[in-house]
Amino acid sequence: MAEEQKKTEYWRWTESRWTNPDIDWKQGGIVSAGVDVGSVSTQAVIMVDGQLYCSSSMRTGSDSPESANSAMKWALEGTGLTTDKIQATVGTGYGRVNVPFATKAITEIACHARGGNFIYGPQVRTILDMGGQDCKAIRCDEKGKVTAFLMNDKCAAGTGRGMEVFADLLGVHINDVGKMSLQVDTEPPPVSSTCVVFAKSEASGLLRQGWPKEKVLAAYCSAMAHRVVTLLERIGVEKEFAITGGIAKNIGIVNRLSKELNVTPLKSDLDPQIAGAIGGALFAKVLFEKKGK
Amino acid sequence: MKANYGYKDGSGDFFITVDTDKCTGCGDCAKTCPAGVLELVDNGYDIDAETPIAAVKKEHSKKIKYSCAPCKPAAGYTTAGLPCVKACTAGVIDHSW
Repeated sequence: MAEEQKKTEYWRWTESRWTNPDIDWKQGGIVSAGVDVGSVSTQAVIMVDGQLYCSSSMRTGSDSPESANSAMKWALEGTGLTTDKIQATVGTGYGRVNVPFATKAITEIACHARGGNFIYGPQVRTILDMGGQDCKAIRCDEKGKVTAFLMNDKCAAGTGRGMEVFADLLGVHINDVGKMSLQVDTEPPPVSSTCVVFAKSEASGLLRQGWPKEKVLAAYCSAMAHRVVTLLERIGVEKEFAITGGIAKNIGIVNRLSKELNVTPLKSDLDPQIAGAIGGALFAKVLFEKKGK
Repeated sequence: MKANYGYKDGSGDFFITVDTDKCTGCGDCAKTCPAGVLELVDNGYDIDAETPIAAVKKEHSKKIKYSCAPCKPAAGYTTAGLPCVKACTAGVIDHSW
């Protein structure tokens, strides 16, 4: 029964953890951590002397402190490192005040800019963080310091949660949604409803009309990309441009966004979802060094 | 740093922009605002900052069109004459509508 249920959880994206085999924390250096408790996902990152050591990314449960603890535990798994060896921790994200072991809480805006700078290099100027529950446009300088930011405080349309709803409706696994949305010959008109709930009803209607799943997904992805573009217009897009957060893994959105904005987002081997936690860990290192002085 | 608070919807753009680099954290805007939209918060964008900065309260940022409506041109004010904009001698606050 449980197996059967799991197969129908199309919205459940793949959780992951990673360790850098080239780094040995026992060699000494400052061990700092960043925990990004988002509305949908929680990431923990451990850095040794400003180098990425290990990370984990998992779903946020109903209990933020518990999610922070388990993400941390998972990141540390198999490394031999224990929480008492971590010299400073920064909590960030929606649930940042609920990270029980954090030295300080810093807004996710500052952390994503700093983390984006680390992942994509100092040339990155515009970062679009497409998260689970909101979408933020951030402009930053070569040090990863925020110079302007904007988010839509009112609405969750154009976010990962909306994508989860669509994956569930269409019975397509969320990891495949982006690829599938590109399998159309011509781009259908975008879904016109802004609200996720209404957009879902609209999509149900389209399915009843006989639209194939690919076409419905294409219509939703292009609506989402367009919504973000109008948000970006306000602060302007400066090259180089990068996308962080879970939606950065959705090629259907990324391709449509770059086409509409006429810029190619920077690519990296690192997981774009851990950007906020990386920023947190980098800030934690700075805080620890400051305290020592 | 230009922090934009507010939203964009079918009826227009509603953003209050706070230039945090120029903000001294004096709090005059927050004291002046008749609707209590503004407040002073810790500067979360710059970890080296020592003074607080003006920000739009979370509960107002999603209904700012309505919270700010009594001060808008229809009520006899001009953009430059908005109480919060006038109170700020550093010229930190700007409204998009």
